Amino acid sequence: MSVGTTTREAAPVRSAVAAIDRFGGTLQRLPLHLVIIIVCAFWVIPTIGMVVNSFRSVSDMGTAGWWTILFPPHGFTFASYQQVLQIEGVVPSIVSSILITIPATVIQLAVATMGAYAFAWMKFPGKNIFFIVIVGLMVVPIQMTLIPVLQIFHTLHLNGTIMSVWLAHTGYGLPFEVFLLRNYLSGLPREVFESAEVDGAGHAVRFLRIAVPMTIPAIASLTIFVFLGVWNDLLVALTYLGVSQYRPFTVVITGLVTSFGGGWQFLTAAAVLQMSLPLAVFIALQRYFVRGVTAGSVKG
Amino acid sequence: MGGIDLGQVTTALIAIIAVPLVLLGYIILGEQVIERLPDRIQEWIRPYFWALPAIGFATVFMVYPLLRTVVISFRNNADTDWIGLANYQYFFTFPDTLTSLRNSLLWLVFYTFFAVFLGLIIAILVDRVKYESLAKIAIFLPVPISAVAASIIWKFMFDYQPPGTTQTGTLNAAIGLVGHDPVAWLVNATTNNAALIFVGVWTAVGFCMVIISASLKAISSEVLEAARIDGANEFQIVRLVITPLLWPTITVVGTTMLINALKTFDIVYVMTNGAYNTDVIATQMFTQLQHNHLSRAAAVGVVLFVAIIPLLVVNVRRFQQQEEQR
Repeated sequence: MSVGTTTREAAPVRSAVAAIDRFGGTLQRLPLHLVIIIVCAFWVIPTIGMVVNSFRSVSDMGTAGWWTILFPPHGFTFASYQQVLQIEGVVPSIVSSILITIPATVIQLAVATMGAYAFAWMKFPGKNIFFIVIVGLMVVPIQMTLIPVLQIFHTLHLNGTIMSVWLAHTGYGLPFEVFLLRNYLSGLPREVFESAEVDGAGHAVRFLRIAVPMTIPAIASLTIFVFLGVWNDLLVALTYLGVSQYRPFTVVITGLVTSFGGGWQFLTAAAVLQMSLPLAVFIALQRYFVRGVTAGSVKG
Repeated sequence: MGGIDLGQVTTALIAIIAVPLVLLGYIILGEQVIERLPDRIQEWIRPYFWALPAIGFATVFMVYPLLRTVVISFRNNADTDWIGLANYQYFFTFPDTLTSLRNSLLWLVFYTFFAVFLGLIIAILVDRVKYESLAKIAIFLPVPISAVAASIIWKFMFDYQPPGTTQTGTLNAAIGLVGHDPVAWLVNATTNNAALIFVGVWTAVGFCMVIISASLKAISSEVLEAARIDGANEFQIVRLVITPLLWPTITVVGTTMLINALKTFDIVYVMTNGAYNTDVIATQMFTQLQHNHLSRAAAVGVVLFVAIIPLLVVNVRRFQQQEEQR
C-alpha cells in the first residue's frame, strides 16, 4: 500500500521536475530563439511591407505606414495595379521579358551542353588552356564587353532587337554553364559511354541518348538559375535595348522609378508583378532552386 | 494597353524551336560528315566541331570585347588616335570618379564582410533549432528577388518625411518609437552608402547562409561532442572548431561576394542613380557610356577588370587544385 502511494506520488513529481527542466532548457535557449526570430522578421518584413503597400491607395501610402492596414479602415484596393498596367509600354514590356527570357535560356543551355560534352569526353590539343580561359571568363565583369559588343551589334544592324539580348545573354552565361555541366558530365560513369561505343553508337547518339538524359538533374537546376538571371537582368537589357520598344519589364520599371519624383509609390504593384514569377519558382521548386543558385560555389 | 508585337512573338517561338533544331542538325549532319573522314582527321577535327559553338560565343562576346576594350581605353573618343594614359589620368583625378572608386572600396569591404559574417552566424544559429528550414526560407527569400524589386522594397524602408509629420518609412517609424529624429537615409552623406550596401547584404546573406550551412552539416557531430566533453563552451566551439573547419567554404563564398561587390550596379542605379555621392565603378562606367564618352567608359571598365584579376587568379588556382584531386 505504502509502496503504491509513493510510486503514485513520485510519478507526477518526476514528470513535473522533467517539465521544469524542459522549461528551464527552453528559457536558457530563449536568447537563441529571440535572435533568430528577430533576424528572420527583419529579413521578411521589408518584402511584406511592400506587398501590403501595393494593395493600398497612393494617398494612403503617403500619409501612413503599411502597418496601419492592420487596423480598420483597412482600405484594400487594386488601384496601383490598374494604374501600372495602364502606363504606356508596361504590358508590352512584360511580354518582352518573356520573349527575351525563354529563348535566351534555351539557346545558352543547348550550346553549353554541347560544349561541355566536348570538354568532358574528348581529347584535343589546347583543351586545358581553353578550359582555364573559360574558368577565368566566369568572373570577367560584363562591363568589360559592353562597348565592343555594342559596336558589333551596330555593324550587324542588331541594335535594339530582341535577338541582340538573346545572343548577349548566351555569350555571358556560357562560361559558367559549360564549367558546371562539364564537371557533371565528366562525373558520369565511363563504362556507359564505352559500351555504347562498342555497340557502334557514334558521338551524336552517345550525346543525345546517354549524355543529355543523364545530365537532366544538372540541366534542370541550371535552367531555373539561368531563367531567373535573365528575367531579373537589368544591365544587359539596359545597354542593348535602352530605348527600344522591346525593353523588358525591369528596364521599364527602372525608368519609371527614376522619372517619377513624387507619387512613385504605385510602382509597388510593378515590383510585385516582377518578383512574383521568381518567388513562385522558388516556392514551387525550392530544392532545385537552391541547388541551382549554389551549384557554382560548391565543389562539383 | 499598347500593342503586343505578334512579329516578336513569332520570332521568339521560331527561336525556341529552331535553335535546338539547328543545333541538332549541326550535330547529326556534322557527325555524318566527320564519320566519313579518315580516322586520324576525324580524331583531330571532332572535338573542335563539338566545342565550336561554345568557344565561338565566348570569343565573340567575351574574349574579343575584353581585348578591344583595353585598346579603346588608350584611344581618343573618336577612335582615331592613341592618347596614352589620358583616360586613366581622368579617372584617377576627377572627383566624381574618385568618389565612385572610394564607394566601390566600401562595398568591397563592408558588403563582403557582412554578407559572409551574417551568413555564417545565421547558419550556425539556425542549425540549433527545430524550425531551421522555415528560418532558412525567410532568410533566403530576398535571393530570387531582382535588384529592381529589392530597390523598390527598400525605398519604402528608407522613406523619409520631415520631422513632426507621420513617418511612412518603416525604419524612420521604428526609430521614432524610441524618440529619435527621422533620418534621410538615402540622402544623408553618412548613411546613404551604408544604406545601399545594406540592401546588397540583405539580398546576399541567404546565398552565403545556404552554402555555409551545407558544409556545416558535413562536420561530424563527434568532433563537436569531443570539444564539449573537453569543456569548451558554445562560443569557443564556434570560434575554435566550427569556423576553422568551415574556412575553405568561407573563402569560396567570400571570393564570390568580392566579385559581386565590384560588379554592383543594379541597386545603386535604381535607388539613387549615383546621386548624393553614391556612385560605384560600374554605375560610373554606365554614365560615361550614356554620355558617349566611350574611351573613358572603357578605361573605367579596365580599372574594374584589373581589380578583379587577383580573384580571377584565385579561382583558376582553385580549379587547378580540384582538377588534381579528381
